[in-house]
Amino acid sequence: MRHRHTNDSDNDVVRAIRRQDKAVVLELAGEIDLHRSVKLRERLLDLTAERPDMIVINLSEVSFMDSSGLATLVEALQLCRRNGGALKLVGIQERVRSILEISRLDHIFPIFDSESEAMAS
Amino acid sequence: MTKDKPKPEIVELRIHADPAYLSIAREAIRKATEIAGLAADETDGVILAVDEALTNVIRHSYGGPCDKPIVIQIRPHGPQAAPAEALEILIRDFGRQVDPKTIKSRSLDEVRPGGLGVHIIQTVMDDVQYRCVPEGGMELRMVKRISRPDNSASIPASKSRSH
Repeated sequence: MRHRHTNDSDNDVVRAIRRQDKAVVLELAGEIDLHRSVKLRERLLDLTAERPDMIVINLSEVSFMDSSGLATLVEALQLCRRNGGALKLVGIQERVRSILEISRLDHIFPIFDSESEAMAS
Repeated sequence: MTKDKPKPEIVELRIHADPAYLSIAREAIRKATEIAGLAADETDGVILAVDEALTNVIRHSYGGPCDKPIVIQIRPHGPQAAPAEALEILIRDFGRQVDPKTIKSRSLDEVRPGGLGVHIIQTVMDDVQYRCVPEGGMELRMVKRISRPDNSASIPASKSRSH
């Protein structure tokens, strides 16, 4: 299995990107609002353009997300599906899950407790 | 009767309409709601609603990030010597005015990015009122009732205001 790590500063919303075969795992961190979702959107657009089979977004270190962050994830989900791939969310904290529920998007995203479960599905 | 009379602001915060400062507003709201006695999940909801309101001001009232001001006021409601029964949050901007009747949440049946801010605010808060300020700009008044076992207070009524 091939791994490649890209580590960013603590201030970066994308803490790491790992590639495993034809899947890409993004580890996000911190608070994702209008300020920080811009960078996330750039990264996700770059990644979806590579047309990976699967993008797994690990949100276990994300403590806050607003609708601008959510919009970024919805856009990436739609791009992935258009390319025949999948986008899955992992490790969502309760306060982030609540915005998915309020927005009735919790059934649109495949959500898993762990990366291994997401990879295996 | 003092019941519906707002107490003095416990917080007034002025930030530039720049997304870089949203985290400052969120932290101030977190502390203010904790002091007022909101439960943790209610605090998270109010923080989200305020963030969405500020994001809408930056995007729509000012048309993007700029150095114009947004003023946030937080006022507890209730008898002067008792714990607050509700929290009133005012968001004041000095940007483009829109008819408050046109500020509506979009249908959630359509899955697409964006347009969820108003829906989130209306879902989280107990009362939401927009108004055009005669001197210019808009004001958003949001009220969150504070859940306590002995607190069955009604939501404080919005002041009569002309648009």
